[in-house]
Amino acid sequence: MKEILSLDHVSYSYESEDGGMRRAVDDVNFTVNDGEWIAIVGHNGSGKSTLAKLMIGLLFPEEGKVKVFLEELNEDNLWEIRSDIGIVFQNPDNQFVGSTVQDDVAFALENNGIPFEEMVPRVHESLAQVNMEGFLDHEPHHLSGGQKQRVAIAGALAMRPRLLILDEATSMLDPQGRDEVIQVVDELKRKTGLTVISITHDLEEVLLADRVIVMNDGKLMLTGKPEEIFAHGDKLESIGLDLPFAARLSRLLRQAGIGIQGEHMTEEELVNELWTSHFNK
Amino acid sequence: MDISLQQVGYSYAKGTPFEKRALYEVNASIRTGSYTAVIGHTGSGKSTLLLHLNGLLKPTEGVVRVGDVSITADTKAKELKKIRRHVGIVFQFPEHQLFEETVEKDIMFGPLNFGIPEEEAKQRAHELIRLLGLPEDVAQKSPFDLSGGQMRRVAIAGVLAFKPSVLILDEPTAGLDPRGRKEIMELFTKLHKEEGLTTILVTHSMEDAARYADQVLVMHEGRSVMAGTPEEVFGDADRLKSFRLGLPRSVAFQHNVEKLFGKQFGTLALTEEQLAETIAEALKEEGER
Repeated sequence: MKEILSLDHVSYSYESEDGGMRRAVDDVNFTVNDGEWIAIVGHNGSGKSTLAKLMIGLLFPEEGKVKVFLEELNEDNLWEIRSDIGIVFQNPDNQFVGSTVQDDVAFALENNGIPFEEMVPRVHESLAQVNMEGFLDHEPHHLSGGQKQRVAIAGALAMRPRLLILDEATSMLDPQGRDEVIQVVDELKRKTGLTVISITHDLEEVLLADRVIVMNDGKLMLTGKPEEIFAHGDKLESIGLDLPFAARLSRLLRQAGIGIQGEHMTEEELVNELWTSHFNK
Repeated sequence: MDISLQQVGYSYAKGTPFEKRALYEVNASIRTGSYTAVIGHTGSGKSTLLLHLNGLLKPTEGVVRVGDVSITADTKAKELKKIRRHVGIVFQFPEHQLFEETVEKDIMFGPLNFGIPEEEAKQRAHELIRLLGLPEDVAQKSPFDLSGGQMRRVAIAGVLAFKPSVLILDEPTAGLDPRGRKEIMELFTKLHKEEGLTTILVTHSMEDAARYADQVLVMHEGRSVMAGTPEEVFGDADRLKSFRLGLPRSVAFQHNVEKLFGKQFGTLALTEEQLAETIAEALKEEGER
């Protein structure tokens, strides 16, 4: 599998108030391959956001190497590498520049000197990918939170990135907006095979990822498939994280004396389990 | 402190070409000591509504009553000041409003502004630091050197410092991790009980509304469309859906299990704990047959 991004023994410290140094990222190693959807989770202050800044060259590691598209990130190649990365941040209201949806999506294309004839179809295509093609002339500030974030994703897609980074992109949305965004990213991944790194607190979103990275106090604590990660229920809770609804309910049912076979991550699995082992006897 | 809204309407920029109607004929009644959740889709008027409850906005039609003060379109600004002492609002991301050199000074700012003597304000600040579970030594630290969760607690302490009897919370857990979210919500429940507050929670989380509130008010397109206990409101899935709102996860799961079992459970499971109990009971009954 082709490598898209790798961190090799990466550490980073911030200066703290007393003049000492505080390690925000401590000796972290991982590789992201082409077409993977990676979720990075961790409590507030676990180093997730610093990790994101290191991946896009907003910070450079104190120790270790960050490679993007097989090149070590440095001040010379930064701009070229970044043009292949799309990023969507947390606050949908802080990332609009255009006065209409289509102007906004075209902004980066225009900045990068894409000719007008090519710009138009690209804008249409990216908006179609996020199911927002009917909103070309809408004003961004009249959209719902979920719609705004989908337009922000379209803006990133218009540049045809090889990697899409979502930095808590769903955390300020209402439940419906969150579902819209997650569904769009899921569709994109299945249809285009885009590599996605999503930094998130949303456990139902984590369930859709191929692989999960759990950060704790600056260190990479666990990595694996969602079901492998969520099997460490107590460990996750001890570092301030939570389990998906179905896993929490399975545990409560066991405590109430109901036998539940295996680990169930989705509600569908748990309902089926209740059916097969308790009703359909 | 009882709060009521009667036929409240509000238009932004009234009388100008940019006039935009945000509330229509809103009616609500919030009893002293109740814990009310206000839910509604983005743009439903929730935020405009809460700005009326401490006089940051005056209704363009109708009456808002807070305790014995009535607010109408003609109420003078001076009158509004009276209710602000009694109604505290914790806005979204309240930590963005911290500004003082030390945590102690930041918490004391509100009380000093309301004319409370310095010694008393200081004592209150220290009480709040303890009550909110912050380490004692934060008092002399800069609020900007604290973690996100701690900063939020300091900001909340600043609102509690002038002893409001009504506490309004606008999405107070936004941006926190799961543990932080749970801790803050449990803190509000504790404050609600111990300080005898009237609490109003504006939230997107149906789970929080179901778990913590004893009354739910549903807003839709600027109108108050449903009000009742969590059992009543979340018991009407079809109506909620027409307002583009979903059910708490536990209730949605309960409906799926009920379909499977071909029978209805007597009570609505408002929390996961209740849900597990309900399912366990149903399974045991089934086993005994």
